[in-house]
Amino acid sequence: MKFFKSLSTGQRTIALSLGFMMVLSIVRLFTNADDITSSGTISSTLRVATPILLAGLAGVWAERVGIVNIGIEGMMIIGTWFGGYGAWKWGSWAGIALAIVAGSLVGLLHALATVRFNVNHVVSGIAINILAAGTTEYLSIIFFKGQQGGGESQSPAGKGGYGEFDMPFLSGGRIGSWRSPDMLGWIEKKHDLPLLPDLAGLLRGLVSDIYIPTIVAIALVPITAYILWRTRFGLRVRSSGESPQAGESLGVPINRLRYQAMAISGGLAAFGGAYLSCVFTSTYRQGQTGGQGYIGLATTIFGNWTPFGVFRGAILFGFPSALKFRDEKNVPALLLVIAVILIAAAIVSLLKNKQLLATGLLIGAVVSAATYFLVDEVPQEFVAATPYIVTILVLAGARQQLRPPAHAGIAYRAGENH
Amino acid sequence: MTDNSQSNNQFVVELHGITKRFPGVIANHDIELLVRPGTIHAIVGENGAGKSTLMKTLYGMHQPDEGTITVNGNQVQFKTPTDAIAAGIGMVHQHFMLADNLTITENIILGDEPVDGRGRIKFKEARERIETLMKSLGATFDPNTNVSELGVGQRQRVEILKVLYRGAKILILDEPTAVLVPQEVDELFATLKRLVADGATVIFISHKLDEVLAYCDEITVIRQGTTVARTTPSQVNRRSLAELMVGSDLPDPSGRETKVGTEIRLQVMGLNLAGEIVGAKLALEDINVAVHSGEIVGIAGVEGNGQFELCESILGLRSILSGSISVCGQELSHTETRDRINMGLSYIPFDRHREGLLLDAPLWENTFLGREENQSLTSGPFISRNRIEADSRSIINRFGVLTPSEQVPAFALSGGNQQKLVVGREMASDPKVLLAAHPTRGVDVGAQAAIWDELRHARDNGLGVLLISADLEELIGLSDRILVMFDGRVTAHLDPATATPEMLGTYMTGEVQGAAQ
Amino acid sequence: MKNQRLQRMAVTSASSLLAVFVALCICAVILLITGKDPIEAYRTLFGAAGDTKVLQGALNRATPLMISASAVAIGFKMNLFNIGVEGQMRISLLATAVAGAAIHLPAPLHVLFCLIVAMATGALWAAFAGWLKVKRGVNEVISTIMLNFVALSLVAWAFDSFFRVESTTGSLLVKTKELPTSAWFPDIVDRRLNGMFFVAVLVLILFYVLVWKTKFGFQLRASGANPGASRVTGVNPKRMIMISMLLSGALAGLVGMRSLLGDVHAYQNNLAEQQGFNGIAVALLGRNHPLGIFISALLFGYLGEASGRLQLIDIPKEITTIMTGIIVLAVVIINEAVKRWDDRRIQHKAALALEAVAVAA
Repeated sequence: MKFFKSLSTGQRTIALSLGFMMVLSIVRLFTNADDITSSGTISSTLRVATPILLAGLAGVWAERVGIVNIGIEGMMIIGTWFGGYGAWKWGSWAGIALAIVAGSLVGLLHALATVRFNVNHVVSGIAINILAAGTTEYLSIIFFKGQQGGGESQSPAGKGGYGEFDMPFLSGGRIGSWRSPDMLGWIEKKHDLPLLPDLAGLLRGLVSDIYIPTIVAIALVPITAYILWRTRFGLRVRSSGESPQAGESLGVPINRLRYQAMAISGGLAAFGGAYLSCVFTSTYRQGQTGGQGYIGLATTIFGNWTPFGVFRGAILFGFPSALKFRDEKNVPALLLVIAVILIAAAIVSLLKNKQLLATGLLIGAVVSAATYFLVDEVPQEFVAATPYIVTILVLAGARQQLRPPAHAGIAYRAGENH
Repeated sequence: MTDNSQSNNQFVVELHGITKRFPGVIANHDIELLVRPGTIHAIVGENGAGKSTLMKTLYGMHQPDEGTITVNGNQVQFKTPTDAIAAGIGMVHQHFMLADNLTITENIILGDEPVDGRGRIKFKEARERIETLMKSLGATFDPNTNVSELGVGQRQRVEILKVLYRGAKILILDEPTAVLVPQEVDELFATLKRLVADGATVIFISHKLDEVLAYCDEITVIRQGTTVARTTPSQVNRRSLAELMVGSDLPDPSGRETKVGTEIRLQVMGLNLAGEIVGAKLALEDINVAVHSGEIVGIAGVEGNGQFELCESILGLRSILSGSISVCGQELSHTETRDRINMGLSYIPFDRHREGLLLDAPLWENTFLGREENQSLTSGPFISRNRIEADSRSIINRFGVLTPSEQVPAFALSGGNQQKLVVGREMASDPKVLLAAHPTRGVDVGAQAAIWDELRHARDNGLGVLLISADLEELIGLSDRILVMFDGRVTAHLDPATATPEMLGTYMTGEVQGAAQ
Repeated sequence: MKNQRLQRMAVTSASSLLAVFVALCICAVILLITGKDPIEAYRTLFGAAGDTKVLQGALNRATPLMISASAVAIGFKMNLFNIGVEGQMRISLLATAVAGAAIHLPAPLHVLFCLIVAMATGALWAAFAGWLKVKRGVNEVISTIMLNFVALSLVAWAFDSFFRVESTTGSLLVKTKELPTSAWFPDIVDRRLNGMFFVAVLVLILFYVLVWKTKFGFQLRASGANPGASRVTGVNPKRMIMISMLLSGALAGLVGMRSLLGDVHAYQNNLAEQQGFNGIAVALLGRNHPLGIFISALLFGYLGEASGRLQLIDIPKEITTIMTGIIVLAVVIINEAVKRWDDRRIQHKAALALEAVAVAA
């Protein structure tokens, strides 16, 4: 235990990840659920997680500057529509660009309501969600009805691809017209071996079937972190959410920062939406977001308002859905994974002398394992509800570790606080 | 100390004739302040005397209505704190303005970050500058820690670093020792002495005369909005300084017939209350108070010395560490607030806006607040609006609340009338014990006299009152006995007939009764 | 001075009316730039007001809105944001459909039984959010949103696994076992206006009485208006929060009852959708007051009913959804501005009146 604590954060992450892969590997061998760590699942997870990731980043930008953004879902919906429209009219990247612009404008609207008019943040967010839904439905009928391939609630297919590729050598990508050998794929298929196929699957999943927008979205994680923690703009943004009084007394233009950050937030959320209608599928469909904006909000909380935390959350929340898409039969194996993790957590709490917590965790582990043996499949509704249940548990249980920006959501009028 | 200063002027800061008015009150009038460079200059005065207003003027947080400010020989006008900062003035507020979740470095450089061409913060440069400054302060923390992990004394150091970072040569500290334990106080003044030795000038506001006399070079006394004295520690002692602070005309309480009965209405014994930070100073230590029927017990003290916590403890809004509280003989330590009120406890709160009134609600709802158990105003679970409105009108008339009607929302009333309403409400339920916190604060003279009359009248009819106030006229004029609270403890018991303002002032600012002179 | 109260009410209504007007204007612009005729649109939309059928339909649609808005408004009185009406409603729909179909009681008792089950399950689901806030300090906005989705999944799973019954008429819609006729709430106008309308009005009346005429209601409002002042008088804020959430949840449970008891008589997947969110809009426009809620519910009910007519002149009926969203934003913005103006006016008047008194004295 002490050895563990003595490692640096980076080393600890690697150790935990390796440990987690071991668990997955063992469970895979035991259950024959090969898809848990297959490259197909991994790359699918990335695709499923991307919109959630973007929504989560949108939440981070908003809350860090002090604004609660319940309207992320609405901004995503706007993104799906404008993405679908843009892709249909001019091509894929135009769709994404148009969506980002539209999303930023909606973000500015939210900022206008909350900063200039002091509207309650939640009310404004709800209004935006209602507006977004109504507007996109209305615009669909105006623009898509009667178009070939389109209709009242969906757009015609978008044009053009996104430069999907596989990495040469590692996953059989093309160099010119020659298809290179698929080394990782070869290792991956050796299902009888422990750990190696899983690692191969993980790596191959990261480098095959990649869309460029996915890479862009993932790159936004370290970019956001860099901006927020290493630039003047980022520091001032964070201070606005932590203590606007401090910032204002030092001459920080709180209001202007809020508008800027909300524009970024709206743009990111809309990017997530456009991803759904341009990359993940190639049409806009009504109700496409299906609540992913709220899952994004959940990852903001789960990720402790940090970009890397949001990334972890998006992967975590996206993984079960991706697995389900690949092959439903694999999902129950996750129950065993949960059981093992709960047992490990129980051991840790015993070491910390928290007997009650440890007992609870052990019971959870037993229930989880038992369920695995008893059921053939995990109902899709449970999978769908996981992000929300996990978020509630995190909020209720991990309050000490959670560090929301201190002033998020609290009305602050610059200039009236002397 | 003063010889190597500017060629023409002997003062680094001069304020002449400063007057500042706010709606309904004159906070500063005709203030004069002269500060020599390289000194620690104390500004002394009671709460509400106008010290904070004056310092905010000097720091550019608002403009004076009249008067001039001269810094380093140049007359200046500060439109915002940024102007003051540019002139080398830095202010450390009483309530720290720090972002908990940011590091010390981030808090210090915020708003003035060293950046390269692309907007990236040059952390190395910032760190070097801060570490240099830290040495001059003698601070030892790691600038990369989050402010949330710092203790109060260290947070104050960060605030000082903030102003030094911006090149402040004139530091203003507002009640800096209000939240510090004795050891931290010593450290603070050691730090200030170091800064002064390096060429800075320090102005600090305080009401703690011990510290003022021990650490500062010059003293300016402000009373009721204006300067009443300029002196040095060698020219005064605590007594005379206290007298300057509180003034010397007071009512003569002699000749009053005592109505004190034998029944003990309120008894507090051995009360201990934990402070905000566990393990640090107690908020209340070994408090013993008894209030008899027909008696007004006054608690004198500058605000912030535990009076608020005492009231909340008696009401049951805080969990005490140990001790007992009883009303009319009934032990209350484990009863709910509601029940304590039903047993005859009433409370005129410290802050009528935050704790006494529903500002947007009409007056009749405000007079009903807290009295929902009163049978004469309700029928079963329903409220009897007609009776409540009539009762409200009678309270309004009896206490002279000036308002067109009881339908007017509370925010429309002047502060004085609002206070009269609150007093009237609390007395209307015929309580056994009344906790009255600053009952005439912000109230005009006529209303004040009326409230005092009501209090005396009720006292004559048997009410027991615990009167908390910093207004000496009020305390001496009304109380049968006076206790003084300082730093969470009762430090003196005085007889109003023999207590002088200087005595009161002395105890209120730190002297303990019975301690060596 | 009863005038004061009327004046205040006039001012509040004015801001709501202004908000509707602003929404109409903005929607007119939207219609114009997408090539539609706003005059034609509004004439069709509001011209239907003469048709009794449309009016009856409006009242019918207004029924769940009134109850939903009351649920939200009770939360607002305590500064609580119950966004979970959607989920609380859904859980109680399934529970009531199942419980109601499982027993047999004489008609009025059976209906009463269903209503009680509905309120109890709604309150229970809301209690989770209340407990999370009181015991663990979890913000109710987030917890109720999360619980909405959990409810959705839970109900979908339970319905699918246990309670679905294939239709005997060959229809594609799957439902639970149908409620016996003793549990059907009678229509006032056959198939167009259900008697639950009166229940909704009753709810509004009880809401009014509870919040403005009882001791408890006074404490509730005081606690929401100034928790500090209320705390000092001994009102336990945590208890208030819990009670408020329970009441809100109980009302939320009733929202779907018109559809369940008066229309479909069984649970099916698309029953009573979106009533939760629309309730928030109605509560905001109605300024959280029963009379305002009544009028707003009628307005939104009318819009919902009459919007179908827009299809006839080739205007998408979703323009009314856009209108709703704009109304929500506009009403809170305008209300804030108007309130500040009105406060100054009252203060000024009070000062003038006092001067008159002082002069006369």
